[in-house]
Amino acid sequence: MRKKLLTAVAAALAIAATAFSASAADKLKVGFIYLGPVGDFGWTYQHEVGRRGLVAALDGKVETTYLENVNEGPDAERAIEQLARTGHKLVFTTSFGYMDPTLKVAKRFPKVFFEHATGFKRAPNMSTYSGRFYEGRYIQGVIAGKMSKKGVLGYIASFPIPEVISGINATMLGARTVNPDIKVKIIWVNSWFDPGKEADAAKALADQGCDVLMQHTDSPAAMQIASQRGILAFGQDSDMIKFGPKSQLTAIVDNWAPYYIQRTKDVLDGTWKSTDTWGGLKSKLVVMAPYTNMPDDVKKLAEKTQAAIEDGSLHPFKCPVIDQDGKTVPCEGGTHLSDKQILSMNFYVKGVTDKMPGK
Amino acid sequence: MVLLEAIILSVIAASTPLLLAAAGELVVERSGVLNLGVEGMMIMGAACGFAGALLTGSTFVGALFGIVAGAALSSVFALLTLGLAVNQVATGLALTILGIGLSGLIGAGFVGQRIALAPHLFLPALTDLPFVGHIFFGQDAFVYFSVILIGGIWWFLYRTRAGLVLRAVGDNHTSAHALGYPVLKIRLLAVLFGGACAGLGGAYLPLAYTPFFVPGMTAGRGWIALALVVFSSWRPVRLVGGAYLFGAVTILQLQAQGFGLGIPSQLMSSLPYIATVVVLVLISRGRGTAGSASPASLGLVFVPDR
Repeated sequence: MRKKLLTAVAAALAIAATAFSASAADKLKVGFIYLGPVGDFGWTYQHEVGRRGLVAALDGKVETTYLENVNEGPDAERAIEQLARTGHKLVFTTSFGYMDPTLKVAKRFPKVFFEHATGFKRAPNMSTYSGRFYEGRYIQGVIAGKMSKKGVLGYIASFPIPEVISGINATMLGARTVNPDIKVKIIWVNSWFDPGKEADAAKALADQGCDVLMQHTDSPAAMQIASQRGILAFGQDSDMIKFGPKSQLTAIVDNWAPYYIQRTKDVLDGTWKSTDTWGGLKSKLVVMAPYTNMPDDVKKLAEKTQAAIEDGSLHPFKCPVIDQDGKTVPCEGGTHLSDKQILSMNFYVKGVTDKMPGK
Repeated sequence: MVLLEAIILSVIAASTPLLLAAAGELVVERSGVLNLGVEGMMIMGAACGFAGALLTGSTFVGALFGIVAGAALSSVFALLTLGLAVNQVATGLALTILGIGLSGLIGAGFVGQRIALAPHLFLPALTDLPFVGHIFFGQDAFVYFSVILIGGIWWFLYRTRAGLVLRAVGDNHTSAHALGYPVLKIRLLAVLFGGACAGLGGAYLPLAYTPFFVPGMTAGRGWIALALVVFSSWRPVRLVGGAYLFGAVTILQLQAQGFGLGIPSQLMSSLPYIATVVVLVLISRGRGTAGSASPASLGLVFVPDR
C-alpha cells in the first residue's frame, strides 16, 4: 500500500519534472525504475551510483529521471509506461520482478529502448543485463578458506533462489580448493533487507563459532557485528569498509555505471541493439573492493584467482562439479557448467551440509 | 554456557524495541484509541534518533530526538482522530505511510554514516560475574528503562486514580464524559505518550542495535508491537512475557538454523505470528474468563455533546 502511494507520488513528480524540462528537448531522456529506496546502501543504491556515473560521464547530453520504491507487479507497468510516455528514450528497470511489465510496455512503445536487469525475456527493443556475482563469491571462498582459523564460515542468505544458491556453491568450491575440510553454516533470514534480523543472524553465527561471515542480504548490519566481535567478513553490493575497517576482507561491488554509459552512448549514436549482457569481473560489471585485513600471501592468491577468472583460464563452476550427495552434475557447458545451469541452480555442491529449504 | 549467555543477550536486545513500542501502544489502546501508526512513529524515531546522535555524538540526545519525533508524529494522529473525529484505522495506516516516507526524506542525508554503539553498563565487580553478570549488569540504558517503563505503566494503570480514569475512558467514553472527565484531553496525553514510546523503540534500532540508519530499517517491528498488545490481552505484565517470547523465537530460529536442526526456516519465522493467532482465538473463546482487558471503546470515535 505504501509503495503504491509512493509510486503514484513519484509518477506525479516525474510528470512535473518533465513539464519543467521541456526546454531541454535536445537531451536524451533516460529513465530508471528502482525497487527500493536509493538509500538502502545495497542493491538500489548501487544502481543509483550507476545513474550518477552516467550523468557525470555524459553531462549535457542526457537528462535522467528515477522512480524509487516501485512495487513489482501492476504498479511497475504503470510506472514504466509513465516514463515511456513522457519522452524517455531509454528506460532501465532494475529488478527481476519488472520483467513482464517491461516486456508489455516495450511492445506498446516500439521506439523506446528498454533494459531489464537480471531477467531472461527480451524483445527487439528490450535488452537484459546482469552480473556474474558468483565469480566474486568464488574469490571470497578462496580468501575465506585461507583466513578461517576454525574452518567454519557463516553465511547469511536471503531466499533459496538460483542466484543465492549459486553464490553459496561458488563460495564453497573456492574455499575447498584451499581447505577441503571447510564447513559452512547457513542461516536463511527470508528477507532481502531487515538490518535487525541480519544482525541477529550474524550474532548467532558468531556465537556458534564462525570466524568469517558473508551475506547475500543488503544491509551492512552483519559487517558491523563482525566488527564488534573482532571477526572477519565480506561486504555485499557496496564497499562496506567503513562499517568494518578491521573486518572487511573484500566486497563484491555491483558496478553498473560503465554499462549504463555504454548503452546510453549506443542510443545517442543510433547503434543500440537488443542484447543479453551477463558481465563479470572481466567486463568490470562486478568489481572486488580492495583486499584488506589479510596477509600478503592470501592477498596474492586472491589477486591470482581474480586474474585467472578474468582471463578465462579459471571458471568457478569448472567440471566436474560434484553435488551434495556425491553425484556428478552433467557438464553442459563443455569444460564448465553452462550459463543456463548456473541460472537455474537448485542443488548444493559437495561440502555443504545444510539442507536446502523446501527440499 | 557461554553460548546460552550469548543467546540470552541477543534475545534481550531483540525484545527491547518491541517492548518499548508496545508499552506505549498499550496505554493508548487502554484509553480507547487504536493507533495503527506504530510502524511510522518507530521509523521516525529511528531517523531522528540517529540524526540526533550523529550531530551531537550523544546517545542520550539521540534517544530524546527519537522520543520527540515519535510524539510529534502522534500529535498529527491526535489532531485528526481526536480533534476532527476521523476514522482511527484509516488515520493510523496513513500515519505509517507518512512516517516511512518522511523518515526516508530526513534520513537520506545520513545513510552510510555510522555512530558509536550506545554505552553498556559496567560495574567492575558485578558485570564480571560469570553468566549473570552481563545479562543483569551489562545492558544498555534502553533495556533498564524498558523494565522501569513497564513497572511504571502497571503502577499507573492499577494503582493510581489517573490510571483508573484512563481505563474508564477506554471502556466507556460516554459515561466517563457524563461524569465530567475530559475524555479527549486524556486520550491526547495517552496518544502522545504512545508516540514517544514508539519513537524511543524506533530510536533503539540505530542507536543500540545496528548503529547506522537505512530507510525502512524497522522492517515491520511496529506491526509486531501492535500484535503484542493484543497478545498480552492489554495487560502490562503479560506484555513483557509476550515481547520476550517474540524476541526468543526470532533468535532461536536463527540459532537452530546455524546448528542445522533441519526445521524449515519459513515455519520458524512465522511462529510468532502463529502464536498471536492462537492467543487471539483463546481470548475470543474465553472472553470474560481468560481475563482479557480489551477496552470496550477501542477504536470508536468520540464526539462530545454538541
